[in-house]
Amino acid sequence: MPAFSFNDTLLLATALFSVGLAGILVRRNMVFMLMSLDIMLNAAALVFVGAGARWHDATGQVMFLLILALAAVETAVGLALIVCLHAHGRPTLDADTGNLLKG
Amino acid sequence: MATFLIPILILCPLAASLITFVSAGRMDARGIGMVACAGVGISAVISIILSVMLLSGPVTGVLQVTLWPWMHMPGFSADIAFMLDRVSMLMILVVTVVGLLIHIYAASYMYHDPGIARFFACMTLFVAAMLVLVLASDLLCLFIGWEGVGLCSYLLIGFWYDDPANTVAARKAFYMTRMGDVALLCGLLLLVTATGGSLRIGTVLAAVANGQLAPSGINMAALFILVAALAKSAQIPFQTWLPDAMAGPTPTSALIHAATMVTAGVYLIARLHDLFAMAVPVMALTAVLGALTLLMGACTALVQSDLKRILAWSTISQLGYMFLALGCGVWQAALFHLMTHAFFKALLFLTAGAIIMRAHHEQDIFRLGGLRHTMPGLTAAFVAGASSLAGLPLVTAGFYSKEMILSGVWSAHFNLTHGWTLSGPPLWGMALLGAFLTALYIFRCVFIVFCGKAGTGAAGRTSRLMSIPLGCLCILSLCGGVIEMPDTLLPLHLFSGLLDPTAVLSHTHQPAWLVMAGAGAPLAGLGVAWVLWGRSSPVMREIPGQAPVICPVRTGRGMDALYHYAFVQPFCLLAWLTRLDILNHAVTGTGLLIQTASARIFRARADFLGRLAIQATRMIRWAGHLLGLLHNGRVRWYAAWIAGGLCAGLAMAVLS
Repeated sequence: MPAFSFNDTLLLATALFSVGLAGILVRRNMVFMLMSLDIMLNAAALVFVGAGARWHDATGQVMFLLILALAAVETAVGLALIVCLHAHGRPTLDADTGNLLKG
Repeated sequence: MATFLIPILILCPLAASLITFVSAGRMDARGIGMVACAGVGISAVISIILSVMLLSGPVTGVLQVTLWPWMHMPGFSADIAFMLDRVSMLMILVVTVVGLLIHIYAASYMYHDPGIARFFACMTLFVAAMLVLVLASDLLCLFIGWEGVGLCSYLLIGFWYDDPANTVAARKAFYMTRMGDVALLCGLLLLVTATGGSLRIGTVLAAVANGQLAPSGINMAALFILVAALAKSAQIPFQTWLPDAMAGPTPTSALIHAATMVTAGVYLIARLHDLFAMAVPVMALTAVLGALTLLMGACTALVQSDLKRILAWSTISQLGYMFLALGCGVWQAALFHLMTHAFFKALLFLTAGAIIMRAHHEQDIFRLGGLRHTMPGLTAAFVAGASSLAGLPLVTAGFYSKEMILSGVWSAHFNLTHGWTLSGPPLWGMALLGAFLTALYIFRCVFIVFCGKAGTGAAGRTSRLMSIPLGCLCILSLCGGVIEMPDTLLPLHLFSGLLDPTAVLSHTHQPAWLVMAGAGAPLAGLGVAWVLWGRSSPVMREIPGQAPVICPVRTGRGMDALYHYAFVQPFCLLAWLTRLDILNHAVTGTGLLIQTASARIFRARADFLGRLAIQATRMIRWAGHLLGLLHNGRVRWYAAWIAGGLCAGLAMAVLS
């Protein structure tokens, strides 16, 4: 008897995804946007885990590990970009200021 | 021999015509006269030789010569071909001999005219065209001659072209005969369809005899040819051109009236008499028109005061006799009368020309008078011609030919359709009345001109060159008729035996009083003329001329006025209408309308397209602007778009 039913898992995942999406759309700080992205990835991973638990299959947990790795890489690249921008003399973390080419 | 002589016969006058045309102004009048007379004279000699050759052969012998094929097409062919049989032999003798006498006379008559070269060129061309006409064995070849005499008559009637009246007369003659030409062409085309492409006279007559042509077709063809002959021979209703043709020089009138031109119609019908014999209604029409014409011509001649006009109307009247004979089927009589008429009418015209020339160009018979004292020779010649014209019994040629016609007419009978018949005696009565009137009008002229008080003084002498033809013609018109006599007098049928030995006209069954009546009518006319004009005072003579009935007849304008109102005026109206050119206006108007409409449509289309294009560009610009707004470079917006699009896609997928 699992602690959560699959429906609950899906609801939780949707909530998490919505929070992440809202974070991306609303926040202008690039670090927060990365964090929101991670939340969305985790929401997706949670669906895999829930599905694995529902059908008693280990594949869902394998997918979670893959997504975890993907999220780590993504965060690393994103932070590297932010650092790189900062190193080029960009004074702010506001994503909307980078809407012009060459700069 | 004959194949050589027949072309030479035609070529001689033609060559003379060419020489005189080309030599205008380079040769003196005597030389021109000699060339023309030589051309026609050689023809006369050749035609006599040919006649001897023909007569020495078998009775049905025909001399044929085909010079060259004119045109050959599938379904139609025509040759320049000539044929000399006994009918055309008679015609070439009349044309060349009488033509020669007229040419000799004209050489003297026209000696002082500056246009003598042109005159003789036209005269000889006239003779050549007439020879082509009478010798042609192909009807299309005959048509060449037919048109040729029409052209030459136009040229000669309008010879003195300085006077507009003369050119008007020439044009009138040309137009009137032109109608007949069109009819002749229609008739020929009708015949071509029947014979399967050949217009050889022999072929045509054989086709008609074999019944290759329906009766209605025969009637139509005969009617067309009859119209052509009526126009050429100045019969009702085409008679108006001949009196005006007096505008030409007198030898021309003699040639037109005696030897050429007007006899062409008679010859054509006589040549195609087998065709006409199959078309009884047309024959009856011919006879009736001939009888009417002879009476009308005689009545009109009775009230003329111009010497030459009297003779012109008498020609119409005498041609009426010939058509009457043709209509009654006695074409031999018609040709006999044609021959004697050629003699005495040439004599009368040439004498009249000599009289007019010596009387200072005075043509009014009432101003002439008493000429028998001043010019006895001419008086004798004119009286000889007049007696022959009147047909005084026994001593003149006209009597025998007229007698032949009268006896032929008496025994004629037409079976028209639906029980209608027309028999000879009424026509005979009209012809007899015509004979009486003929004697009346011509002796009226004789008594007024030659008897009584002297009028205009005469001057000069008639030259010998003019007297010789007159003498010859006198002999011919007095004695030329004894070769054919009524049976009552003497059974002598040389002439009809000459033409067609198998069908000698013999009227032995007819009562003798017919000949007596035919002989008595001219004598009665002579007597009445003597009573009315011979012994009465000059004042009395002119009184009938004042009557209102007479005036329009005398000028001969009555018929002209009728034609003016019946044909010329409607034509002028038509011309006036077409000058306004309603059709053209309508077409132009329609064109303008279409042009305007198309311009409007063009403009509207251009407007529509332009507006469409402008709207399209505006919308595209707007859309581009919108799309540009979309690409603002802000990542969050892009994410929002992606999320929104995803949501929308999912919603569509789920809800649909």
